[in-house]
Amino acid sequence: MKTQTMYEKIWEAHLVRASADEVPILYIDTHLVHEVTSPQAFEGLRLNNRKVRRPDQTFATMDHNVPTTDRSLPIADLIAAKQMETLAQNCAEFDIPLYDIDSPEQGIVHVIGPELGITQPGTTIVCGDSHTSTHGALGALAFGIGTSEIEHVLATQCLLQQKSENFEIRIDGILPYGVTAKDIILAIIGHIGIDGGNGAVVEYTGSAIRALSIEERMTVCNMSIEAGARAGMIAPDDTTYEYIAGKRFAPKGEDFDAAVERWKQLPTDEGASYDRTLQLNAADIAPQVTWGTNPGMVTDVTGRIPDPADMATADEKTATEHALAYMDLKPGTAITDIAVDRVFIGSCTNSRISDLRAAAEVAKGRKVAENVNAMVVPGSQAVKRQAEAEGLDEIFRAAGFEWREAGCSMCLGMNPDTLSPGQRCASTSNRNFEGRQGKGGRTHLVSPQMAAATAVTGHFVDIRNFQ
Amino acid sequence: MEAFKEHVGFVVPLDRINVDTDQIIPKQFLKRIERTGFGEFLFNDWRYLENGDPNPEFVLNLPRYAGASILIAGANFGCGSSREHAPWALQQYGFKAILAPSFADIFRNNCYKNGILPIALSADVITALSQAAQNTKGYQLMIDLEEQSVICPDGTAHTFDIGDFEKYCLLNGLDEIGWTLQYEADIAAFENR
Repeated sequence: MKTQTMYEKIWEAHLVRASADEVPILYIDTHLVHEVTSPQAFEGLRLNNRKVRRPDQTFATMDHNVPTTDRSLPIADLIAAKQMETLAQNCAEFDIPLYDIDSPEQGIVHVIGPELGITQPGTTIVCGDSHTSTHGALGALAFGIGTSEIEHVLATQCLLQQKSENFEIRIDGILPYGVTAKDIILAIIGHIGIDGGNGAVVEYTGSAIRALSIEERMTVCNMSIEAGARAGMIAPDDTTYEYIAGKRFAPKGEDFDAAVERWKQLPTDEGASYDRTLQLNAADIAPQVTWGTNPGMVTDVTGRIPDPADMATADEKTATEHALAYMDLKPGTAITDIAVDRVFIGSCTNSRISDLRAAAEVAKGRKVAENVNAMVVPGSQAVKRQAEAEGLDEIFRAAGFEWREAGCSMCLGMNPDTLSPGQRCASTSNRNFEGRQGKGGRTHLVSPQMAAATAVTGHFVDIRNFQ
Repeated sequence: MEAFKEHVGFVVPLDRINVDTDQIIPKQFLKRIERTGFGEFLFNDWRYLENGDPNPEFVLNLPRYAGASILIAGANFGCGSSREHAPWALQQYGFKAILAPSFADIFRNNCYKNGILPIALSADVITALSQAAQNTKGYQLMIDLEEQSVICPDGTAHTFDIGDFEKYCLLNGLDEIGWTLQYEADIAAFENR
């Protein structure tokens, strides 16, 4: 009997055309759209007199640019406002459902997709955003595309695609106390490097992955792109079906039961082979903190800033020197001796309700350190409502955190939430590139628990010893 | 899309690995709704000083590299965000081709859609070409897409790989959406399955 990986099954089920001498045409089930990467695609449609083929399979929201302060005030950034207005006009013109800035469903596109039940196992999902890999946590093939490809999907509901390498990352064992999904993915990136998965479709397997909740799986899949991978995915299981049941766009009643039977066929067959496999043990993973200017520049919280002289290649030595100069860090400094000015809890990596609960548990009854500014930005309005229903907002406010409206916020600082030059930030987001959170800003990526503990102590701490 | 067949141009070496798209075009310039006007912001945070003057130390600002249309860079060029504004900025600045040991996946795809040729060559060849560009003022290379070849001034040729379809699209300046739409009947049949 033919055995296949989950990626191969989803790939084959979506081939519109596949003859040997042509580039395959892959059908796209779901297209998610946001304000920043779509305006030129809609303009392209108009210039060529083309329509949106399946507005019913297209969903839009505003997340990258939106202010996270009082939404009743007008948007001060007129260029950003124009971009949001353009999305609203495009959605109206092409009949695409839009969760705009005033919608109770508004939020980061990768948070609201799963939350609304739009993200389903076995489907193909694209969005003009590299963190689309997040949706793979539910057993979908989901990947980021550029604006030309957005236009392509709008017009044809298809993409011209070559099949990717299929890379299994297997994590067995039990995750130690204080170690989170964020630490798993940062440890993987530290292990294989930021181009270690370049272009691959990664499937995360193993007992430690199976034990994760859907929200934790999203954190892992989200940062697949930070190892260069096109997509990350995790086979659906009972955890997945329970998560999807009852969501707005999920199948209902008998249809749901039938869908679950189909979804059960998706996991990789026993004996199917991947192009390559990496195995790590969960027990070996410690809380992670990035020290440099890409997510692969990462170490255990008990570690120290590396010495460029110890790097294996001349290129890495130069890159480390550049990174340390930018980060204003000296070789040999203990991670826990690094003090921060800002703390950001949010982003499509770590802004879901479980992330906020974990951070609130640390913040509860404590105070943000003097000279530290800390903010919590829920991933969606629904997450915000849930957190408020649970009183998490009160815990954060009492501890001195700012409690904001939903959006991408200081993950990339397109809105007014940015670092000032020289400011150092513990951030639950996904990228620590130069200037990512604001020109001259210095970003250290950590888990929500570690971020909250850093906020209240003023410097990095090992969450495992935090009392 | 503008076709790419053959190109001869001046070379500028950017001696860094893992150049991410946040460096190529920082986020503050992604708010535009137009497809043009990004060239002046290419590598903005490296290229300009705090007061807005050109940073005299950044390689693109060195007078000897003015007018370069071929960029040589380190491995994993274009990692990070999917923003197509990155190839737009490179193209609008005047780059026709980028040479590096490797490229990030989404960035490479985005280049093909905009008539920029991302050429992966071995790290040794990239280092040699980068040194030649640093040692020889006005160093030029010729790129022949039909032959899949980068030709040095002394006639040495380095061949590179490119997918048949990407090559076909670039050589012909093909409208890929038009290509897919010729199979509209197949798409409709798939949807009715």
